[in-house]
Amino acid sequence: MCSAPTVPERDLIAQDIHAYLDRYRNKELLRFVAVGSVDDGKSTLIGRLLHDTGMVYQDQLESVKRASNIEGEEIDFSLFTDGLRAEREQGITIDVAYRYFATEKRKFIIADTPGHIQYTRNMVTGASTANVALILIDARLGVLQQSRRHAFIASLLGIPHLAVCVNKMDLVGYDQQVFERICRDFREFSDTLTIPDVSFFPVSALKGVNIVEPSEKTEWYDGPNVLEYLETVEISEDWNTESFRFPIQYVIRPNLNYRGFAAQIVSGSIEKGDEVLSLPSGKTSTVESIDTFDGSIGSAYTPQSVVIRLADEIDSSRGDMLVKKSDLPHVGRDFDAHMVWMSETPLDLQKSYLIKHTTQAVRAQVTKIHWAKNMDTLEEEPATTLELNDVAKVNMDCHRAIFFDDYGQNRATGAFILIDSLTNATVASGMIVGPETHQDLDDALKELRAGSGLQPKTQVSPKERLEKMGQRGATIWLTGLPGSGRWSLAYALERRLFDLGRTATVVDPTNEDLRSIISAAKACTDAGLVTICAFPSYHKEDRDNLRERLGDDRVIQVYVNTDEKLCRERRPDADFSGFEAPQNPDLVVALDQVRLDKAIEFIVEALEKRGQLKV
Amino acid sequence: MISKRQLSHLRQLEAESIHIIREAAAEFDKPVMLYSIGKDSSVMLRLARKAFAPGPLPFPLMHVNTTWKFKEMITFRDEIARKHGLTLIEHINQEGVEANINPFDHGSAKYTGIMKTVGLKQALDEHQFDCAFGGARRDEEKSRAKERVYSFRDRFHQWDPKNQRPELWNLYNGTITKGESVRVFPISNWTELDVWLYVLIEKIPVVPLYFAKERPIVWREGSMIMVDDERMRLEPGEEPEMRKVRFRTLGCYPLSGAVDSEADTVEKIIQEMLLTRFSERQGRLIDFDEDGSMERKKREGYF
Repeated sequence: MCSAPTVPERDLIAQDIHAYLDRYRNKELLRFVAVGSVDDGKSTLIGRLLHDTGMVYQDQLESVKRASNIEGEEIDFSLFTDGLRAEREQGITIDVAYRYFATEKRKFIIADTPGHIQYTRNMVTGASTANVALILIDARLGVLQQSRRHAFIASLLGIPHLAVCVNKMDLVGYDQQVFERICRDFREFSDTLTIPDVSFFPVSALKGVNIVEPSEKTEWYDGPNVLEYLETVEISEDWNTESFRFPIQYVIRPNLNYRGFAAQIVSGSIEKGDEVLSLPSGKTSTVESIDTFDGSIGSAYTPQSVVIRLADEIDSSRGDMLVKKSDLPHVGRDFDAHMVWMSETPLDLQKSYLIKHTTQAVRAQVTKIHWAKNMDTLEEEPATTLELNDVAKVNMDCHRAIFFDDYGQNRATGAFILIDSLTNATVASGMIVGPETHQDLDDALKELRAGSGLQPKTQVSPKERLEKMGQRGATIWLTGLPGSGRWSLAYALERRLFDLGRTATVVDPTNEDLRSIISAAKACTDAGLVTICAFPSYHKEDRDNLRERLGDDRVIQVYVNTDEKLCRERRPDADFSGFEAPQNPDLVVALDQVRLDKAIEFIVEALEKRGQLKV
Repeated sequence: MISKRQLSHLRQLEAESIHIIREAAAEFDKPVMLYSIGKDSSVMLRLARKAFAPGPLPFPLMHVNTTWKFKEMITFRDEIARKHGLTLIEHINQEGVEANINPFDHGSAKYTGIMKTVGLKQALDEHQFDCAFGGARRDEEKSRAKERVYSFRDRFHQWDPKNQRPELWNLYNGTITKGESVRVFPISNWTELDVWLYVLIEKIPVVPLYFAKERPIVWREGSMIMVDDERMRLEPGEEPEMRKVRFRTLGCYPLSGAVDSEADTVEKIIQEMLLTRFSERQGRLIDFDEDGSMERKKREGYF
């Protein structure tokens, strides 16, 4: 086994290092994502690419040879790419791993992602920056649902080129018909997607067939091998070179005379003297200078990171975007997007999240799920929430306008991530589906100047409150005769809940009418408090009114059914007439028969059972 | 070959790194750049200067000094800081110094743990940095292949492989709660060859120890160790041997193995590297402990 670079390169390195370096420094960069399940032989294929292109060092080779379980000649190529301890123990790849190799023509970054259904998240991550998706199919099994899933995700993430490697051809006797049937089956599905370019390769990663060298085993195949394809597939068109987008990252102000906007040109190009428009201000100016560490340059293009100085003093800052007037992005607060849910915690439609889009972070809410993809059938289905690895089309509403393009047109300005502001986790990725409607500059500016698109409302959802406070808001309404001990029970209950680490309050009995008291109880309950009321509410009507305003599930009615005789003895002066005993109270406690602390435990238990308190 | 309006892979990597450095500098309250004086740090520093030119770096550099670095490294470090007017924080684990922790008596693992890992945590805590740039690359070691560009650390500086945020496109999530921090690796996607090539075309100064020269060495466990100062413990009667060597990675001199070499220019280093085919970390004794040891160190907060 030779692990040296391919011969001409090696000679060049030895004989003329300067010529080699000149060649190397001008190489193109291609990023590809490799997907396949545990058994498709993906690790073996990548290990083979690394090994056969000379990217495996002798000492790595030695350690892999030592670690290979199989005795004898064959090397377990998959061991080159094996990473974390946990993964080695489980024998599967559990996260995206990045690997690097170069050939005479290009330099490659591989995002190596596992292909199980539960790891959609990983494939999406790896696919987000890829030019090419390399999908592995086991020749013996043909096109499985999983392969369709992979193709679907590749298309969703806007990968322009798909390379389908039909692997393990050695196990089907290099049968051309098997290969062609798989190509047909795959095409039938991929034709329904938006992938501009699909190619097929009959390979055996294990035997090294059609990976980096042609093979006589597949004489019927006259296409390129996998490496040739990767070296030659046309990727210069993959960049959006049309629309100039410059999302400002940082303002550089070393002194009063210099104010430069630092950013990466995420698409398009710019020249000195070009007129630019700054969003959201809508102000225009001309490019006075394009600066870099190595001096000013006349023009710059994607993906260069530069500093732009403008002829006029425009107050732009991070999150703003410089664009050209003739080619504006959409400006808006609300848009549709494809979304991949990446968190164990499901989507909460009540909650506002933070989205990071280009260089700005904005509060936003998912207002609607148009559909979610059933990943087994790839059918679109209605959904009420999104869980880990769900793929859906949703509507988003932002608290202020962002500047975006359709993801299919511009990956950089069409992509966003969703962040849970309580846990700070990245919970979803989004790809904006551009609106059909055309927007001119006036429309865009109008959109920017309009008030907030969302009705101002709480940004804390009931679920978040429950998580933070360990409780959901509830009102405990104590009903009973005068002298039944309602108030004593109310205050003792408040104390007990406080000691349990809960937040509870007794609505104070000052001279308020019942309507105001109910309003107070509602406000406290909305805030997530356990609200305790003990007002005399003699009539069924009053209690119905309360239930209606607070919602049945948030009211616990406790009938304090202390013996009437005792009550009358305690409160000889009180008015006992007209009391309508509750028909269906949630709880009945008679304080002449149970001790106060026991009664309290009953109530706490009822709260827990109802899910108002997190146990 | 690349066409006119297309960036070469190296310029793409450069643009990506600058983007990352600017993002982190903009989003974190108190970033710091961990400067280890090696070639990767030198490249990272150049990228950072490019990111904010013509302005100054908006964050300081910090060097965690184990007190056993090569003398030439310290000289080089101070010269770079002076020349570019950089703010340099040097941190030394004083408890370690007082306990006389050294690689000879305590072994490489314990010594590195105390002087480097603990030292780094002390420094980050003392200055309340919420973001630390590091010059690590994913191609350095197998367990680093899955490292994120933004590597999230809890308030004990621990790295949990199961609790890292997915990273998509160039959108990095830098939101943290007080006390937590993020290690940011702007040159994650660079390979060793990329780094050297960049050093070459950008004419970035590197510590002379990378270049072959006659140096006094002794043999320790199959590695050539340079006798950099009088603290090197010699066997009775042992005489350092003069040998033309260079270092592929720089760290603490008693733990850095030299290689025989004739390469005294960057071109020759690249040539030698490509032709000899030994992975970079083999010259570094601390990784020999056990398979998967880098992963363990990372969990403990080592870079």
